[in-house]
Amino acid sequence: MTGTDDVREESTVAQVAFAPGVFTWPSEEPRLIGGRCTECGSVTFPRPPSCARCGATAVDEHLLPRRGTLWTFTTQGFLPKEPYAGGETVETFRPFGIGLVQLGDEVRVESRLTEHDPERLRIGMEVELEIVPFRTDDDGTEVLTFAFAPVHGHGGG
Amino acid sequence: MNDVAIIGVGLHPFGRFGDKSAIDMAADAVRAALQDAGITWPQVQFGFGGSFEVDNPDAVTSRLGLTGIPFMDVYNGCATAATALQLTAESIRSGQYDIGVAVGMDKHGHGAFTSDPVDYAAPAWYGEIGHFLTTKFFAMKINRYMHDHGISHATLARVAAKGYRNGALNPNAFRRKPIPEEEILASRMLNYPLTQYMFCAPDEGAAAVIMCRADLARQYTDTPIYLRASTLRTRRYGAFEVHASWTSVEQDHAPTVYASRAAYEMAGIGPEDVDVIQLQDTDAGAEVIHMAENGFCEDGEQERLIAEGATEIGGPMPVNTDGGLIANGEPIGASGLRQVHELVLQLRGTAGERQVPGAPRVGYAQLYGAPGTAGVTILSR
Repeated sequence: MTGTDDVREESTVAQVAFAPGVFTWPSEEPRLIGGRCTECGSVTFPRPPSCARCGATAVDEHLLPRRGTLWTFTTQGFLPKEPYAGGETVETFRPFGIGLVQLGDEVRVESRLTEHDPERLRIGMEVELEIVPFRTDDDGTEVLTFAFAPVHGHGGG
Repeated sequence: MNDVAIIGVGLHPFGRFGDKSAIDMAADAVRAALQDAGITWPQVQFGFGGSFEVDNPDAVTSRLGLTGIPFMDVYNGCATAATALQLTAESIRSGQYDIGVAVGMDKHGHGAFTSDPVDYAAPAWYGEIGHFLTTKFFAMKINRYMHDHGISHATLARVAAKGYRNGALNPNAFRRKPIPEEEILASRMLNYPLTQYMFCAPDEGAAAVIMCRADLARQYTDTPIYLRASTLRTRRYGAFEVHASWTSVEQDHAPTVYASRAAYEMAGIGPEDVDVIQLQDTDAGAEVIHMAENGFCEDGEQERLIAEGATEIGGPMPVNTDGGLIANGEPIGASGLRQVHELVLQLRGTAGERQVPGAPRVGYAQLYGAPGTAGVTILSR
């Protein structure tokens, strides 16, 4: 994997990825870690044990582009049931955006969005990967997840 | 190969029923179907039972009489009932048995369905970060569809309002109060663009269908309804499906499209021949999309057709005449057999206040659900 097993950063607040092998971290320019089938070239996210198109069991690690376009989106307006582990209660839950982001001509990935106001989201807009706080554990550790943020001033058609 | 006829249907109302077990609801549904067919339980040679919550639908036999028949339990997501129906029909078609029952039952708690994403071939973290929700998939699918094909928010509200209006005419429905379109649009936004009243709710209920060899059907009933086609399909690579952390840029049709085409071919008819339609309306947007996926219109035509009332009980393509999932809720194991129950009443001309005028001859039912499975059933008089 891509150095993601050691996810603790040298800072006052311990930051950890919610799971290893999903995105490169720590990194100035984080990337989602996908897979590419060695037989048919199909690109997926995350890297699967075998290819969904041809069934081949050799799928290589493949870092995905950081920028893409928003193919569709919605908002998550209610607190998801378990296994959701965001740590909120019904009282503290804030809606979040979620979308399908097309990364080049490689793959569309499902991701949280940093924006949750549908008025400020548009199908076709340019978005970029960010690593953002997901929840803070009791010991102060900040758990991080991936999200796509609108690229301001570069809105696509 | 034998043709297959439906000679009896039975339904336990859908809704919430306190301590009553799913098994007891299923027993009521089977008794109603037996009475409808004019037969007794010992005449039933085999059965298929479907459920999500009940491990062992076969337990219904202990309520009906332990006759020793083969009884097979099935689960296939939201297409569970279509699977029970198809397997029952195939067992008769193949000549193995003459008469059998398909029964579906469920008793869900409140709120959206959940499960372990790992069992859906999704990563374990998929649920932890809040992606493992069917509702957001349906919302993302209709949002893109609205963008591509010019479907308005008002159309979504019209579809939901029709569901509640038809449900008000159905004594077995869960939601029996009409809700105005403005109230539907103003209800809580669960997953943009879908509001609370645009979604169905998981609930409780049971339904049963008794089938037999078509050449024997007239022994039991003057109004046999023939099973013309029953198909199931799973998603292909390139379909945008529920519970997927990614999808390919290369696109293919949804599994409903393939199940539908295969069903029309098997039945030897086309969508223009269908008189009454049941579609999977997990939400109002799904009904809109499924109209096109099942061949009843082109993409985008729904905006005009729904505004004109085409899908109303009195319209040229009545959809979800019993209120669909929006008014009945979704006890997964029973949902598709409820669709068949409604079609049978409509084709017999005994649907009461919600009867489609003009003596409908052909009925069509479609189910769709996680993780990307569709079932289509075509019936005719």
